[in-house]
Amino acid sequence: MLAYIARRVVTLIPILFLISLVSFIIIQLPPGDWVSRRIATLKLSGVGVDEGEALRLTKLYGLDKPGGERYITWMTNILLDGNFGWSFEWNQSVNTLLAERIPLTMSISIASLIISWIIAIPIGIYSATHQYSILDYIFTFFGFIGLATPGFLVALIGAWFIFSTTGFSPLGLNSNSFLTQPASWEKTADMLKHLILPLGIIGLSSTGVTIRVMRANLLDELKKQYVITARAKGLTELGLLLKYPVRMALNPIISTIGWILPGLIGGEVLVSIVLAIQTTGPLLLRSIIGQDMYLAGSIIMILSTLTVIGTLLSDILLAAMDPRIRYGGVSK
Amino acid sequence: MANETNKLVEVRDLQTYFYLYEGVVRAVDGVSYSINKGKSLGVIGESGCGKSVTAQSMMRIVPTPPAKEVGGEILLHLEKGTVDILKMTANSPEMRALRWKEISMVFQEPMTSFSPLFTIGNQITEAIRLHIPDLTKKEMRDRVIELLGKVGIPQPSRLIDVYPHQLSGGMRQRAMIAMALSCNPKLLIADEPTTALDVTIEAQILELIRSLQEEFGMALMYISHDLAVVSEMSDEIMIMYLGRIMEKATTDEVFNNPLHPYTQALWRSIPTIDGDIKRLNTISGMLPSPYTVHKGCPFFSRCEQRIPGLCDEAKPVVTEVTPTHTVSCFLYEKNAQVPMSANASTRVGTK
Repeated sequence: MLAYIARRVVTLIPILFLISLVSFIIIQLPPGDWVSRRIATLKLSGVGVDEGEALRLTKLYGLDKPGGERYITWMTNILLDGNFGWSFEWNQSVNTLLAERIPLTMSISIASLIISWIIAIPIGIYSATHQYSILDYIFTFFGFIGLATPGFLVALIGAWFIFSTTGFSPLGLNSNSFLTQPASWEKTADMLKHLILPLGIIGLSSTGVTIRVMRANLLDELKKQYVITARAKGLTELGLLLKYPVRMALNPIISTIGWILPGLIGGEVLVSIVLAIQTTGPLLLRSIIGQDMYLAGSIIMILSTLTVIGTLLSDILLAAMDPRIRYGGVSK
Repeated sequence: MANETNKLVEVRDLQTYFYLYEGVVRAVDGVSYSINKGKSLGVIGESGCGKSVTAQSMMRIVPTPPAKEVGGEILLHLEKGTVDILKMTANSPEMRALRWKEISMVFQEPMTSFSPLFTIGNQITEAIRLHIPDLTKKEMRDRVIELLGKVGIPQPSRLIDVYPHQLSGGMRQRAMIAMALSCNPKLLIADEPTTALDVTIEAQILELIRSLQEEFGMALMYISHDLAVVSEMSDEIMIMYLGRIMEKATTDEVFNNPLHPYTQALWRSIPTIDGDIKRLNTISGMLPSPYTVHKGCPFFSRCEQRIPGLCDEAKPVVTEVTPTHTVSCFLYEKNAQVPMSANASTRVGTK
């Protein structure tokens, strides 16, 4: 098991290097840079900028150096100082910007993942063991609705509905009255109230997916001989269900941990914009539009890295659950 | 009656139907037999003749829905009295207490009979823990190791901790047998346990089951479509066709004096080593669709000795030829044979 983990961690190193390279190339690809865009914007608004000023800015931000050199400088700063660079647009260090948002993004993603599992896995089990029952049809119906409805639409409708019926505005992370106050229990409670809607919406589509996946997997497993063996041994239905087929059916769901993270973040961008929550999604969108290269590159790189780590975690979990993976390549 | 006390299981007129979207399949349609303590009964039949469903009904593990035991009784004679398995609810505590403790089963597919997620030892111990919960952990483990040794698994104290995928098919089937014996059942049902194995392993497994049957003093119900294998394993044989028993007798009688046209046709289709080289005899025609409801004998359409107007109009009754030999065919029904037209008309009425 330890050897397996070690092997997986070692293979991460070249992948992470490639991620950093690709992130950097992606943000270099669009023509122009932040300075030329900034000057163009200034000119459009009627402010003249002379060539000397443009050159000075380009030199100041190191944009005159070749791409390779800039990549090495950027990576050296990240690896040695943990410094992700400077955001031109915000005029703040990328670290400061991300320090506020990444924890929030991560906690919303993970919390909505856990919530969607708590809802979806029992429903999936019920649907599979009671195939074609009325409740199965109802869950299937709602599962497909969850799957097919765009999150931002639900966000708009949900925010409007909550505001118009209760007068409580679910937008943002805190109510206006708490914004300037220091952290307190009341503020936390207020924040949780604001988080219910985005968590529910972001988890909505993955709940739909997980219900379908769990139901399909479990239906396959329930037909297997080992289930009949367990029943013939005299186990209770619930006992054998949880010990044997459910654990097999969970495997594909666990293996989705890795790629559910980018999926959640992708779906989360629009929802966050609609509900005005300061996660990385809207920040990434704005930085790409504004060619705020170090900010955009850092976000892409960090999210990709988290995805890779998520995949690693799901692989380790799978190996812990399924001996055939654990002993892969070792047995005859 | 002295004979009655020897009986372990009596199945009377068992009917198990599958209610499918396309129609009702009468997988087991009025089957009666009994198994004596410590004796073995072989069940022969083609695919789909209901032999596995009969066995699964005895443990009430037929998948419900779509299947349902619609009629009959299955009496299990235990020391503390007789119970009717069919009267129990399928997964009730009483039924679960009987499973594996009184009747256990070895399945056809050794590759999938164990869950791949748990060790062999874990899954065998689970059965012991359910039915003999007084043992300590150590005693259970020792018992499993002893069982694994008995079924011929080398280094049982090491292999108790391996996962099923680390064993070969033959070894897995041995482990399955060890699991089936773990609670000293009164009856072991072996449902084509060697079908998925190669011939050399098959011989070893058969030998193993036979010696263990003797050692544990249990009754055996051996299901197969392999005539040679069944004859070797059984004291008594019953031949099934489309959910009904065609003929039942001791192994010697069935082989020396097969009565039912179906049995005779089966016997003719066995290749012999010393016979002339010629085309093998086959049974003409095809198995009727499983959804067909047969008014008369289900073998009518393929039978070489069929009597139109009689065999396809009414079901033959079980006729006792000798005390140990029964057959379900009009050819042996004394009243039905001649004059057949009169009898046929009284049975079904004139058109």
